Formats: sequence, structure tokens, C-alpha cells
Amino acid sequence: MQDGSTAWELVVSGDPALYAIVQLSLFVSLSAVAVASLVGLPLGGLLALTRFPGRGALIVMINAFMGLPPVVVGLTVYLLLSRSGPLGSWGLLFTPAAMVFAQALLITPIIAALTRQTADDLWNEYRDEMNAMGVTPAARLATLLYDARFSLITALLAGFGRAAAEVGAVMIVGGNIDNFTRTMTTAIALETSKGNLPLAMGLGAILLALILAINAAAWGVRAIGERQAA
Amino acid sequence: MRGPLSELPLVFDRVSQTLGGVQVLRDLQLTIAPGAPSAIVGPNGSGKSTFLRIAMGLSRPDAGRVTWGGQTDPAPRRRAMLFQRPVMLRRSAAANVAYALRQAGCPGHRVRGRVEELLAQASLSALAGRPARRLSGGEQQRLALARALARDPELLLLDEPTANLDPAATRAVEDIVRNAAASGVKVVIASHDLGQVRRLAGDVHFMVAGTILESAPVADFFERPAQPKTCAFLRGDIVT
Repeated sequence: MQDGSTAWELVVSGDPALYAIVQLSLFVSLSAVAVASLVGLPLGGLLALTRFPGRGALIVMINAFMGLPPVVVGLTVYLLLSRSGPLGSWGLLFTPAAMVFAQALLITPIIAALTRQTADDLWNEYRDEMNAMGVTPAARLATLLYDARFSLITALLAGFGRAAAEVGAVMIVGGNIDNFTRTMTTAIALETSKGNLPLAMGLGAILLALILAINAAAWGVRAIGERQAA
Repeated sequence: MRGPLSELPLVFDRVSQTLGGVQVLRDLQLTIAPGAPSAIVGPNGSGKSTFLRIAMGLSRPDAGRVTWGGQTDPAPRRRAMLFQRPVMLRRSAAANVAYALRQAGCPGHRVRGRVEELLAQASLSALAGRPARRLSGGEQQRLALARALARDPELLLLDEPTANLDPAATRAVEDIVRNAAASGVKVVIASHDLGQVRRLAGDVHFMVAGTILESAPVADFFERPAQPKTCAFLRGDIVT
């Protein structure tokens, strides 16, 4: 219980080290969601709208990649960004940008797969009307993503949850450098191994609270939006 | 001003279609020419909806040839269709009409004015901002008609447009259809409602088992049917 009260003191006292870690974690995870959305939303929408040889295999692959092990993604990105790797000249390894890259890779399949499912259902409903209206393929994609926007919040939340909770990928490509690439999850792992349980528990509590707050906010936006747009 | 007709005549030349192993249309011969609304009547499963889908260009026939104004390209130019259960986009009534206008190539600066005109035509001005999916069945059907008319169609295909609507909603839909027909739009309506066919149609095509059994002006169809099956259908007998 002593550790618990110390953790609480750290949280309420606005400990600068703790809040720097929180800030970086949010920046990395939200940036990863933004990057993954740019790829995953249109990819999922296109998979719902188009038919081509190998589409089924691609869907199976994307679905399977929803369960990608973070350490494997971390290792892959590490090899890409390491000095001798194909993207080594970018000098991104052990920077927040590398962490965003790794997390974006990790969650793009989640966003794409959930988007495809949602868009697929909507397309079954809209197909005849859109064909009758002569809607162009690009407009179909835009319409599906727009009309499914409140359902797609769930896909973005799933991606955010995965990014915010993972530790393996950011540990490998970020290096867990103090005041530079240390996130909540890597800090919790480190502080626990050092026996500094108050900080680890404080970070854990903040992480849980943030995920809860973001989910609650998204749920509220979705509920209000659906009521207005039906 | 309406341009020269390019979707008409709509010609079905020996068109056949099989769906799920069942032959829905058989060597169907039919020409839809400009003029008063044409009604397609027939028992359930006679192929009316399949006919309309092919006429709209939503399905391709297995055999035979369909032409629109002599063209074989099925891409809808100035054709529109009202489905029995229209799907509303997840946005307001006005936004649904604006969407159809934009897809039809209406210039951006004219969209707002046209939306107001079309909603007024459908007596939906007061509901412009309401989510389309929250409208009643009759209001949704009127909105779908406004959306179809946003394409400034020459040919308007209606698939059981008032099925499941109450009499007041039916009258409202029929008024819009009548006004559209009066403005020069060729209306083709598939309907079970023989009263509606009498009220709206200029000519009637009786379809049974995927083929046209009889075509006649509306008065002749009801007063002097030529085929025994037509007589049976009008009596209310089951016709196959």
C-alpha cells in the first residue's frame, strides 16, 4: 500500500519526469494512429469495393496481421532503420519517429481489417443506389468512409489501444532512452525491473486512465454523431 | 430545357436472364417509347424487378440485347430508379439530395437552389435538416424520388414505389410521379397496385413467367383484355 500512495503522490504532484513520459507516449501512439489511418482507412475501403484475383488471400493476410507480435515488428523496423539497413541513411533509429513508424506498421492491419468489414457491410446496403446514381469509384470510397465514420471510430480506438499498450516494438526501435524515447510502457517495464514500483504503478494508473478517457470521449462523439446523422 | 432524348426508346430484344438456376426473363421483347407512363404488371416472381434492374443497367442479361436510344452502353446517363426499399445515406434529407445532384454533375453553385426546389417538389422542405433515416417510410420514398429527379432523368424506373405505404403517403408519391411525367419524364412503373396503374399509366404490359403476355393502352387492358391469363389476373386468380 505504501507503493500505491507514493504512486498517487507522483501523479497528483505533476512530477515532470512522469508527465514527460506520458506526453511522449501520447504523441507516439496518436501519431501512429494518424499515419496508420492514412493507409488503413482507404485500403480497407478499397478492399470492400473492389474484386480482383488474390483479394481473398490479401484479406486473410491483413486479418492475420492484426495479431502481429510487436517484437517482430520492432525487429523488422530495427533492421530497416539500422545503419546497414535500406533506410539507415534516414538516421531514424532510436528516435520517436522510429517508434511512430513501428507502431503504425503494427496497427495498420487492425485499422484496415476493421474498416474493410465495416465498409463491406455498408457497400452491400448502398451498392444498388450508388450504381443507379452513377457514383464514380473515388466518390464511392469517400462516401463509404464518410457514412461509416462513426463505426470507424471503433477501428481507430482498437488501433490506439494496441499502440498505447505495446512495449516490444518501441523498446527495440526507440531504445528506451531517458527523456527522449521513454514511453509509459517501456518505463513501466524498466522501473519494475529496477524495483521502483511507485513510478511503475503511477504510470500504469495514468495509462489505464488515458485509455479509458479516450474511449469514453470517442464513445460520446460516436453516440452524439449517430444521433444527429442516424 | 430538356435536351434531346438519348435514353429512349428503351428496347429489350429477346432478352433472357437466369438467376440462381431460375430463368427469370425469357426472350423478352419490349419497347418503351417516350410518352405517358408505362406500367409493368404481373404476379410475384414474373420478372418485373429483374426487368427494371436490366433497364437501369444494374444487371446484364445472359442473352439478348438491350439498347437505350440505340446505344448499348448500360452506364446510366439520364436514367434514375426508385427502389421498393430505397436506402438513405447517413446524412440529412437535404444532404441526400445534394449528394445525388453532385453525382449527376450539378455545378456547385447551383446545388443549394436545386436542393430547395427538389425538396419543395417532394413536400419535404420542412424536413430538410432531419436525418434521412429518421424519416417515415412515405417521407423516405418521397426523398428517394427527389434524389432520383436530381439526375434530371429522361427515364424514371419505379419498382413498387408505394408498397407498404398508407393511402396519404401513396397519394403524395403519385403526385410527384404525375408531375414528373407531365414535365416530360418517361416513367416506367412496376406495380402490384392495379388501382395505381389505372391512375398513373398510359399503357400496360402484362408480364408472366419472364415474358410479356399482353401490351395495351390502360383502358383496353382493364376493359378488353385479350388473353385468358390477363382476365384471370384481373379477376384476382393466381396466374403462373
